[in-house]
Amino acid sequence: MKTAVIVFPGSNCDQDMYYAIKDGLGEEVDYVWHAETSLDGYDAVMIPGGFSYGDYLRSGAIARFAGIMPAVVKAAQEGKPVLGVCNGFQILLESGLLPGAMLKNKNLKFICESVNLQVKNNQTQFSSLYDQNEVIRIPIAHGEGNYYCDDATLQELEDQNRIVFTYSGENPNGSRADIAGIINETGNVLGMMPHPERAADALLGSDDGLRLFQSILKHWRESTHAAYTS
Amino acid sequence: MKKVKVFITLKESVLDPQGQAVMQSLHNMDYKNVQDVRIGKYIELQLDDSANVAEEVDTICDKLLANTVIENYRYEIEEEVHS
Repeated sequence: MKTAVIVFPGSNCDQDMYYAIKDGLGEEVDYVWHAETSLDGYDAVMIPGGFSYGDYLRSGAIARFAGIMPAVVKAAQEGKPVLGVCNGFQILLESGLLPGAMLKNKNLKFICESVNLQVKNNQTQFSSLYDQNEVIRIPIAHGEGNYYCDDATLQELEDQNRIVFTYSGENPNGSRADIAGIINETGNVLGMMPHPERAADALLGSDDGLRLFQSILKHWRESTHAAYTS
Repeated sequence: MKKVKVFITLKESVLDPQGQAVMQSLHNMDYKNVQDVRIGKYIELQLDDSANVAEEVDTICDKLLANTVIENYRYEIEEEVHS
């Protein structure tokens, strides 16, 4: 599985993401600069955390119009796995690949701590190696992770089982329905505020995040194997 | 040349934690009559004259300046006078 990690000016979790895939998964991975226009040849796309374009105007608002974004949208439409973490999630929201928007954390503080997440849907290509309702420990680091959507959108997310992760116990940022991560309708685009790439090695305090990347790889292997044998 | 003043505000249905913090501070300062505070953004644009400035500004706001999931916008178009 060949993975692209998109790098914007101001991305700061790109190297964590790179090493989670290279060392954690043992798979091929490249950095792809935001000014590139093609993601042909990549099987998966990661949009890392950080402060793209200084978070000017709104988090993700300017990154959403970067040269690489039409290729990200194309990859999503082709059914390739697209993962946006933290600022990456904000960019996916701004680009319309996922519904809703981010508000400032309810307590107005930048929160950097490990939190407990509950796996609400383990039937996705990003979460298949977790148990349903399993509680995992993953760090968050954001000032604007207070997920907002209107009632109709929340109903749709719930009805279609598209809330993949929720905060377990105390909700750190005030997000609607304790949402920490959601998936698109076709199940191949996941946005989440917590950082699985920062929990991909026991040396970092938790390796609960590694199974997310392993789930993506497992799905990719199964789907390419199916393609070869069909 | 046109000068466009764009005002972006959070929708009524969206909680404004910044506004709440400022209101709390005002109450602490004894401005007890302040009932609500909402914080928004003010953006100035300068555009070359064209027939459809308003249409263009609408598009600019919808696409980039405002996130219409959580924000509303309005604007005023003025003639820019050069001295």
